Amino acid sequence: MNTELASRFADRNAAATGVSRRGFIKTTGAAYAGLSLGLMLPGRSAAADKNPAFPAPDDGDFAPNFHLRIARDGSVVIVSQNPECGQGVKTALPMLIAEELEVTWDSVQITQAGLDNRYQRQMAGGSGATPAHFMEFRRLGATAKAMLITAAAQSWDVPESECHAAANAVHHAASGRSLGYGELVTAASALEVPDAESVQLKDPQDFKILGKRIPGIDNPALFTGKPLFGIDQTVPGMVHATFIKCPTFGGTVKNANLDHVKRQPGVTDAFVIEGNGKIDELLPGVAILGVDTWSVLKAASRALIVEWDYPEETAGQSTDGFYAQAEKLSAGEPQKELRADGDVDTALTQASASLESYYTYPYLSHATLEPQNCVAVVTADRAEIWAPTQLPSWGRGLIAGNLGIPEENVFIHMTRIGGGFGRRLISDYMVQCAAIAQRAGVPVKMTWSREEDTQHDLYRAAGWHRFKGGVDAAGKLVAWQDHFVTVGQQSDSEPGRGAGISSDEFPGRFVPNFKLSQTVINTGIPLGWWRAPGSCAIAFATQSFLDELAQASGVDPVEFKLAVLGEEAKPAAGGRGPEYHGGRMSTVVKDAAAKIGWGKTLPKGEGLGVAFHFSHLGYVAIGAHVQVSPAGQLTVKRVVASCDVGETIMNLSGAENQVQGSIVDGLSSALGLQVTVANGAVQQSNFHDYPLMRINGTPEKIEVHFISTPFPTTGLGEPALPPLAPAIGNAIFAATGKRVRSMPFNQVDLSWS
Amino acid sequence: MSSYTLKVNGESHTVDVAPDTPLLWVLRDHLNLVGTKYGCGMGLCGACTVHLNGAAMRSCQLPVSAVGAQPITTIEGLDPAGVSAVQQAWDEVDVPQCGYCQSGQIMSAAALLASNPQPTDSDIDSAMAGNLCRCGTYVRIRQAIHLAAEKTAAKA
Repeated sequence: MNTELASRFADRNAAATGVSRRGFIKTTGAAYAGLSLGLMLPGRSAAADKNPAFPAPDDGDFAPNFHLRIARDGSVVIVSQNPECGQGVKTALPMLIAEELEVTWDSVQITQAGLDNRYQRQMAGGSGATPAHFMEFRRLGATAKAMLITAAAQSWDVPESECHAAANAVHHAASGRSLGYGELVTAASALEVPDAESVQLKDPQDFKILGKRIPGIDNPALFTGKPLFGIDQTVPGMVHATFIKCPTFGGTVKNANLDHVKRQPGVTDAFVIEGNGKIDELLPGVAILGVDTWSVLKAASRALIVEWDYPEETAGQSTDGFYAQAEKLSAGEPQKELRADGDVDTALTQASASLESYYTYPYLSHATLEPQNCVAVVTADRAEIWAPTQLPSWGRGLIAGNLGIPEENVFIHMTRIGGGFGRRLISDYMVQCAAIAQRAGVPVKMTWSREEDTQHDLYRAAGWHRFKGGVDAAGKLVAWQDHFVTVGQQSDSEPGRGAGISSDEFPGRFVPNFKLSQTVINTGIPLGWWRAPGSCAIAFATQSFLDELAQASGVDPVEFKLAVLGEEAKPAAGGRGPEYHGGRMSTVVKDAAAKIGWGKTLPKGEGLGVAFHFSHLGYVAIGAHVQVSPAGQLTVKRVVASCDVGETIMNLSGAENQVQGSIVDGLSSALGLQVTVANGAVQQSNFHDYPLMRINGTPEKIEVHFISTPFPTTGLGEPALPPLAPAIGNAIFAATGKRVRSMPFNQVDLSWS
Repeated sequence: MSSYTLKVNGESHTVDVAPDTPLLWVLRDHLNLVGTKYGCGMGLCGACTVHLNGAAMRSCQLPVSAVGAQPITTIEGLDPAGVSAVQQAWDEVDVPQCGYCQSGQIMSAAALLASNPQPTDSDIDSAMAGNLCRCGTYVRIRQAIHLAAEKTAAKA
């Protein structure tokens, strides 16, 4: 456990243990029931305790913390505090508590929390829940178990050391006595909560739940069509709405035929929302309200005519223009130097082999299958929101600010999320729905059409890299230079969200002569974080160029990469950011290479590729086997991923699913996806021109391997995606002799003879 | 607006909606059967798949006025207890990530297995190619369909 986590956890428990024992239980119960909690966490207002988005237990439950409660009938409820977007957190984090609590998994019920200040880090992003909560949640379970053991030992008048917990009961082996957790609720509730750091955690060898294949907790509800997602929510008196924004980014409403729209069948109202000028808050647009979603979507697409005012500068922008600009800029003097080690110029001159290459990748949309939507009930000084959101606390602040109501009067229910991928870290759709509901004076469910969703995303940034590299006579990488050209959002100096590059980007720290510099193109295109921000595209460029250098110098590419990595852990510059452990990466590279059959002879037109990338604290290497027909038709036959995310895989099924999904997502985007802009507007609109991977394009075999190492357990939502595209690109080179230097690959001629 | 009486999951429901309203929105907004999902509105993603006369159908492309007396089955009615071979296989393989597409996937898979009880990978790929999964659970979908086929064969 790192010290930051340790101190946060200690703070929380200090607050809990600072209350007298009867007082604690009473206060806890009262807090759940929504009466008062000022005593426990100073600074919280009474209003926030009446949070309708927080599940309330029955009075008299054993509830030593806000994540767990046991009722007198023995039922166990674990609270899932984070939003579930498919990363499996609603199953995996409660498993940590259940493991240490010694309850059987089948006996546990899981309930979803709303946004509540009593929890920390209620978000889905950065593959961060696992490293943040792995030890903390185990301690929550272990603390409760320790109290139950104490209660049982006291009632039998035997030493605690003679008692042990297993399967929802405390047992005294010597006398053969047992007490179920339900029977211990009253006695345990009267005990002081022990210091979390003092409780004994289980030896991982004794885990009964962690590391097993546990199906998702919501599976039965998903398979029978229960209302789980944001778009499924209903509230009494609700009307349906949609919200139309200017296709050219930055536009405002000059005029709209609202009277005509209001006469359409099923439409009950239409009005203009002025907006506040901020892309990630409240865009201007036209709201259409009606009796069902169809009525408003139809009126929007077939009846609404809007005259927009838009900035001429943005209207003149296009991706073709950015590509042309970037090609020129990348060959010129960089705007800013991000890192310089050694002497790249001299090293390149002295290298026995050197290369220059130019890599590009496009804008991408998140394309969550559940389009952006929200339900809002807004009264004079209060808002209640149901939303699929990855970062509800940000939305809460923006809604309060834009509606002019106190933040403590904004309550957010975190629904299940029909795909996040970073899109729903931004709360624009929540602020819009709240503004529409405030203006309409009735509860509103707002749903975007797929077309609006595609054209009003916050996109993965396009990027361009001009590399130079040098290898010495011994076949060792000695020089690496990257002039990175990226996009800003209304800035000509700062990269937009997710568009930057780390000054420690690989192979920084691993090559003696290294130079990384950056130039920013000013654009009006909205930018946002997309799964494995930065890494999701940069790894394609760096890992492909590394492979090129190996090929150019005649060294086996896997041997070349292992020589660069070495076995040492390299700290981040200035102590900022994580270290990069060459040895951990070398191990997964060797494993992926062995499992894909590196070195074996293949028929002409088939090839193997290996690539690796470190991101979100995870070490992943991918081996790919592809076939390219002489006409250039690419088939990905087999993909193998080797992953090191520390000591413990929490849920083997969920973990494998994340890696399998990352591989498909990586293929989908590398092979066929791009967002293009013309006249300041996105040209794609739906899945016919944004063709996500389908089952018939999915490789027959995707294999996932985990290597356990004695390091803290880390997350898996992102790190397996970045190395996929370069592994395929490297395999294409092996198959055809053609080096792919731009994504998507379906725009590249792969034919050979 | 016009009145339509639909037979959904064995029950009759009367709704008053515009004739061109796709069945999808009748189910979701008027009958509160929200298991059938909206993804694209163009028949491109399969999230809205239901059974019409037992055949898989994209409900976003089917105007309510064209349904008539044909029986409709939605995910809620496939097996309300969730213990059909397909639903069980989906749980055992633990197919979903976000889960948004899975009701449509299950409805397509159930229709496939009804007409082809022992599909090959290639049969599965053809029958399921209309159903997008943004999370990329396709490998597990193939696996779950094979498992559902085995379960059904074992019972027969």
